[in-house]
Amino acid sequence: MNGEFLTPIDAFTVIDLIFMSMLVVVGIAIVRLKDLFAVVMLSGVYSLVSAAWFVSLDAVDVAFTEAAVGAGISTVLMLGAMLLTARQAAPTKPARHWVALIVVCATGAALLYATVDMPSFGDPLSAPNAYIGLEYLKRTGPETGVPNVVSAVLASYRGYDTFGETTVILTAGLGVVLILGLGGPAIKRKKAPAKTKAAKANQSKILGAHHVVLRVISKLMIPVIIIYGAYVQFHGDFGPGGGFQAGLIIASAIILYALIYGIDAAKEAVPPSLVRLGAALGVLIYGGVGVINLLLGGNFLEYNILNPTHPAHGQELGIMFVEIGVLVTVASVMLIIFYGFTSRQPDIKDKDW
Amino acid sequence: MSALIASDILSLLPAWVLMHAAALLVVTPLLSGPIALILSRGRLAWAWALGISIITFMLALVLYGQVLEHGSVMYVFGNWAPPVGITYNIDALNILILLIVAGMGLLSLINGLPSVMQEIEPKDQAPFFAAYMLCLAGLMGVAITGDAFNVFVFLEISSISTYILVAMGGSKDRRALTSSFNYLILGTIGATFFVIGLGLVYMATGTLNMADITVQLHENGDSRVVRAAFAFIVIGLGLKTAMFPLHTWLPGAYSYSPTMVGTFLASTATKVAFYAMVRFIFGVFSTGEPFDGALLELVLAPMAVAAMIICSVQALYQMDLRKLLAYSSVAQLGYMLLGLSMGTAAGLSAGLLHMFNHALMKGALFMGVGIFGLRYGVRRVPDLAGLGKTMPVTAAAFTVSGLSLIGMPLTAGFVSKYYLIIAALERGWWWAVAAILASSVLAIFYVWKMVEMMYLREAPKAKSRARKPQAKAPLLALIPLLILAVANVWFFFDASLPKGLTDAAAAALLGGGAS
Amino acid sequence: MSSGIEFWQYLTGHFNYIVVITLMMTGLYIVISTGNLVKKLVGLGVFQTAVFQLYITMGKVTGGQPPILEGVHESAAGEAAATVAEHGKAAATTATTHGEHAVQATISIAKTMDDVLVDGVLYSNPLPHVLILTAIVVGVATLAVGLALVVRIRESYGTIEEDELQEANYQHAKGALS
Repeated sequence: MNGEFLTPIDAFTVIDLIFMSMLVVVGIAIVRLKDLFAVVMLSGVYSLVSAAWFVSLDAVDVAFTEAAVGAGISTVLMLGAMLLTARQAAPTKPARHWVALIVVCATGAALLYATVDMPSFGDPLSAPNAYIGLEYLKRTGPETGVPNVVSAVLASYRGYDTFGETTVILTAGLGVVLILGLGGPAIKRKKAPAKTKAAKANQSKILGAHHVVLRVISKLMIPVIIIYGAYVQFHGDFGPGGGFQAGLIIASAIILYALIYGIDAAKEAVPPSLVRLGAALGVLIYGGVGVINLLLGGNFLEYNILNPTHPAHGQELGIMFVEIGVLVTVASVMLIIFYGFTSRQPDIKDKDW
Repeated sequence: MSALIASDILSLLPAWVLMHAAALLVVTPLLSGPIALILSRGRLAWAWALGISIITFMLALVLYGQVLEHGSVMYVFGNWAPPVGITYNIDALNILILLIVAGMGLLSLINGLPSVMQEIEPKDQAPFFAAYMLCLAGLMGVAITGDAFNVFVFLEISSISTYILVAMGGSKDRRALTSSFNYLILGTIGATFFVIGLGLVYMATGTLNMADITVQLHENGDSRVVRAAFAFIVIGLGLKTAMFPLHTWLPGAYSYSPTMVGTFLASTATKVAFYAMVRFIFGVFSTGEPFDGALLELVLAPMAVAAMIICSVQALYQMDLRKLLAYSSVAQLGYMLLGLSMGTAAGLSAGLLHMFNHALMKGALFMGVGIFGLRYGVRRVPDLAGLGKTMPVTAAAFTVSGLSLIGMPLTAGFVSKYYLIIAALERGWWWAVAAILASSVLAIFYVWKMVEMMYLREAPKAKSRARKPQAKAPLLALIPLLILAVANVWFFFDASLPKGLTDAAAAALLGGGAS
Repeated sequence: MSSGIEFWQYLTGHFNYIVVITLMMTGLYIVISTGNLVKKLVGLGVFQTAVFQLYITMGKVTGGQPPILEGVHESAAGEAAATVAEHGKAAATTATTHGEHAVQATISIAKTMDDVLVDGVLYSNPLPHVLILTAIVVGVATLAVGLALVVRIRESYGTIEEDELQEANYQHAKGALS
């Protein structure tokens, strides 16, 4: 729309081009490979390169989340699911190939058709950049006092979307509870029968016993990870981070504990019933803040009302509480998912690896 | 008259509820989900969900009263005035959807208790009801919001919970798992197309508030980005609506899911997506481009007709009762899309009226099949033999709803088809009239197939083992069915409630008074 | 001459979109073409991540900084906040009324380079970042449910290839008929 803006060609362009070509290469490799292990690992690489590109595009919060989710949780989940299912994909049938090609060409053509009227890359005066996005940049400082505009928009201006997002996470947790189950509480017996889900746990327990170095290091690491999680949580107002990323980090500390000391030990420390409660509680905390706003005479999620004399403080308070809600739900649901997948018996024997 | 009753209800409630009714309508079921999860006992969670559903339905009535009084209601989240913050906007169009979803959510829940107790493992019952409440909240969130991206978030709450609810049929029939997975893949592709469309809209306008998008589109004018955005949003929502060639997920999802889920989805889920489509086509993109009209007439209308004919034929060949009803649903969606594709106020109003009536009839039919299933393990058409004698009340209610599905006079189905034909004639679309009549004839055949089985065939004596009642007479399940059957007749004689809303909605979206 | 330059300008200004579209289509191709359920989900992930890239690349401002404000301290915020509060009060009274009286914030669209500076600093657009944070979370939620379903499908069918699953379902239907 603003024809006068020309995208400059500089060092950033070169970096962007490198990231983009890496993404294309990885994408094509995923299409061609049939070994699921390679496919899953490459999808992790794809996410990690995306995250790096997001940093170059100034989206630091998104990069953080994409790295944690795409390259971290998603890859681990897919590896876990692969372990429970199959390692090879069957070759693509020609019929499918052609159907896919037709759909993709039609869709791609529609998008390429649209590129002609798209604003130039990096144009500060383009429609998306010159309107509401800019308004948030101008308002956030005076209205909320939170330097990280993304945190402020996420938790306050568009806080209701984030409430929905937290509910989506809870829904995913519910899904895993209903579809896979949580595998019940920790099994107290020292030696579980070899065929149950405890077998894998026990096995890693034995492995752990052998790996003294791992045990000691992880004992040192876990508190540090949790402190880092707390830092990411409470520093989210000032730099990249927030409840979602912190929840992932804290969950990963417990998952690390489970990997080294066994699922049973983890389930004794953090029982499934508690995790289930936590998933529900986080959403209730988030919604509770909204309901308190209502009771105090404001609209839903109107944090200003929390501190009538100094609305910006009210905003900070509100943002802090809802982020705690996000943290609790995210950490709990990640553990639900972990417990859910580990409660199933792996189909591939360890020796096949 | 209903306006008077509505204002009576309004005057009884505290001002606080009136002020925040819009937010409470969605937030109440949304927060009840996690609480149901904590309750962790099936019947308790059901009772809780029932209480919340009643409150939700009352809130929908309150909003209905407010819409009648003021024309439209707006709620501003966080008190950030739009387009900075997220708003809820309720008008004649979406209050109709909200009433359908809240009402059918309540009735399916009452109807569903016996079947859930039978089909779902006790330890899974509380999370099941939690997922149900989240699905209900998600669907209403889509219908009520005035923010385009908020549509996506709540669409995903409802979709993900739907995948889960459908998969819960997997303990009885493993095909529920593959159906759910198919739905997940297609649903996510649909949602992603929708997000691409939203991205393009944002690229062209810089805003996400629906009303503001319309304003900005008006100022910026047509561009290739806007056209592509329109196409992606329509296709994305089309997948969720089960628009004809994109409907492949629907029959499996409706027929293998737990009974209660099938009933609820058949009467709400596609309706909400259809609403979103109407809102985007005529509300958000209402810039009056020739492109829209051509797309509607050349793409949507043929698809609608194809759905009406092809899926009715497919329904005719189904022996599985719920699959038959599911294919019929895709065909009936064709009627609604036909009304939409006419692009006139009369057509849109008729399409929306058919949507309302279809929720009543399909809800009742799925409930009927559910009760037969609960009592005698009925799943297939031949299993219906002799049920007209052994279960006369249920069979009668089922038959009335079936007649409504055909569009017989004295039932609600007749009214909406009548208006649809009038609108088609106004537009000069004789072929559409022919398609409506042809599809109705096909409907006579597949409904007759079931009715004949119930009343004219004797129950097979040889299979006496299968004829034994498997459960007590589920009065709880019967009441919602009877309510819907009566509604199917009631709205023939007095269609003023839905017709008033659909006319107002169509007039607001397309200008000019509907007949 | 001019058409060549115009095309070059189009290419430099839109190269990122073209690559992102290519990536999207790669993901969509994987979803549709493969019959393996795990690989389908991987494809879905590639598709969705490419959509995230579309949003983020749209919000990039040349020469801009990440949207973390410089020099915002609580004390600085205090003064302005008081006036905002007044403004908010006014909005509160009208926002809850019904119908046409509903408030609409008036926001000017930036026309010159001076308009887009916030306290003299140029930032990238935060809104796409916020939307994509939400979308990433939705994506991982879908993935978790999808993988859980894959595990259950493997347990009850013994395969995760779509063609074999369809065959099994077809046999099941045939068995029910006879």
